[in-house]
Amino acid sequence: MGQETAAGRDASAEADAPQGRDASAVWGYRRDPGVHPPLDYPGYRSTALRHPQRPLKVLPHLLTEVTGPLLGEDRIGPLDHDLTRGHDGEPQGQRITVQGRVLDADGRPVPHTLVEIWQANAGGRYRHKGDNWPCPLDPNFTGVGRTVTDAEGRYSFTTVRPGAYPWKNHDNAWRPAHIHFSLFGRAFTQRLVTQMYFPGDPLFFQDPMWNSIPDPQARERLVARYDHALTQPEWALAYTWDIVLRGRESTVFEHELALEDDD
Amino acid sequence: MEPTTPSQTVGPYLHIGLPWPDGPYALREGAPGGVWLRGTVTDGAGAPVPDALIETWQADPEGRFDHPDDPRGAVRRDGFRGFGRCPTDDEGRWAVYTLKPGPVPGPAGSAASAGPSGPSGRPVLQAPHIDVSVFARGMLHRTVTRVYFPDEEEANGRDPVLSSIAAPQERATLVASATEDGYRFDIRLQGEGETVFFDI
Repeated sequence: MGQETAAGRDASAEADAPQGRDASAVWGYRRDPGVHPPLDYPGYRSTALRHPQRPLKVLPHLLTEVTGPLLGEDRIGPLDHDLTRGHDGEPQGQRITVQGRVLDADGRPVPHTLVEIWQANAGGRYRHKGDNWPCPLDPNFTGVGRTVTDAEGRYSFTTVRPGAYPWKNHDNAWRPAHIHFSLFGRAFTQRLVTQMYFPGDPLFFQDPMWNSIPDPQARERLVARYDHALTQPEWALAYTWDIVLRGRESTVFEHELALEDDD
Repeated sequence: MEPTTPSQTVGPYLHIGLPWPDGPYALREGAPGGVWLRGTVTDGAGAPVPDALIETWQADPEGRFDHPDDPRGAVRRDGFRGFGRCPTDDEGRWAVYTLKPGPVPGPAGSAASAGPSGPSGRPVLQAPHIDVSVFARGMLHRTVTRVYFPDEEEANGRDPVLSSIAAPQERATLVASATEDGYRFDIRLQGEGETVFFDI
């Protein structure tokens, strides 16, 4: 007889979790240096006054860091994964589906986790008081979506392909078309907010968000793949994009070793 | 091993996708015993940051988490989510309604617990604290900080994370101040009085 978890959720991911040990015997999450953009990146001018100037202090992964909010079905409505619905009519633009899996760095699916997205409309205009460039709003498009991954970590959205839009960071600056993604994983440490791009976008070369990622191979991990097998005939083009969150530390902490006398 | 997905900024239009109507209520609205944790986010020029989002994560007053990866087991407390989320307003202000957390077990047998108050082999307690993420336009990656409490001086003095910060004026940036309805925790992204941020 399997033991039920107290919260009654996600027992499958517990198989290798330490059970019955001292409360201090927690594992951490592997750090991923070199993957993320620096906070100080002069090419993106708004970082100038918004990056810490003192070095960051290392925060060990203790209980607050290896736990986190497990947000699920209670955060979403039945139509939240379909950004083309919920209005009087259909939005303008190329209908697409965006789907993939949320994984951790060990290739393990992250099931039942909240995925939030927001984006511009097909012309590149956000429904936001701060966006007033001369491109019309679409009365049938708000640009916000939410879903929860299934037991295998899969998610899927239906939306329209967002347009590129101009901004004032540098001369003739345009953001490549993108969809903002927000992910929680299972731990405070795994929290990630990022952007998904489309293959072959001609605007990458001048985009400081894109260029701020130090490793060119890591940049490519933000680009979805056109997926003809999932493209629905006479309905919607499909883009597939997997998201990889940080994985668990493979070695136990020194302080944990001292406590282990039963395994 | 799979390489991880890089972070990108939330950008200026984060308000479309991230705020929730009940986001600021880590403790259900109207539930008794709650405190308001309030603050302002300012930039390196001292100007308020109107396009930031604060997220908080914490233990309950008994130091427990509603999470199966806590080896002590998950504990759910009615009306308490432990997670708060609030965008800043035009003056850079944010607020989260929550319960003051209890002390949480820390590392045992680590260097941090080698002091007189950390008997070897037993976990040293961490002082009550709240983990905070700061997202904003102009930040390509979130920053992480921690809120400690002004009425926990003794516990704060023993806390392994807080006491790992040598300079008293830096430690002070992590301790909230008491207010009429709770606590105040201002976040200075840069410059004088810059908040201590963590590499998590």
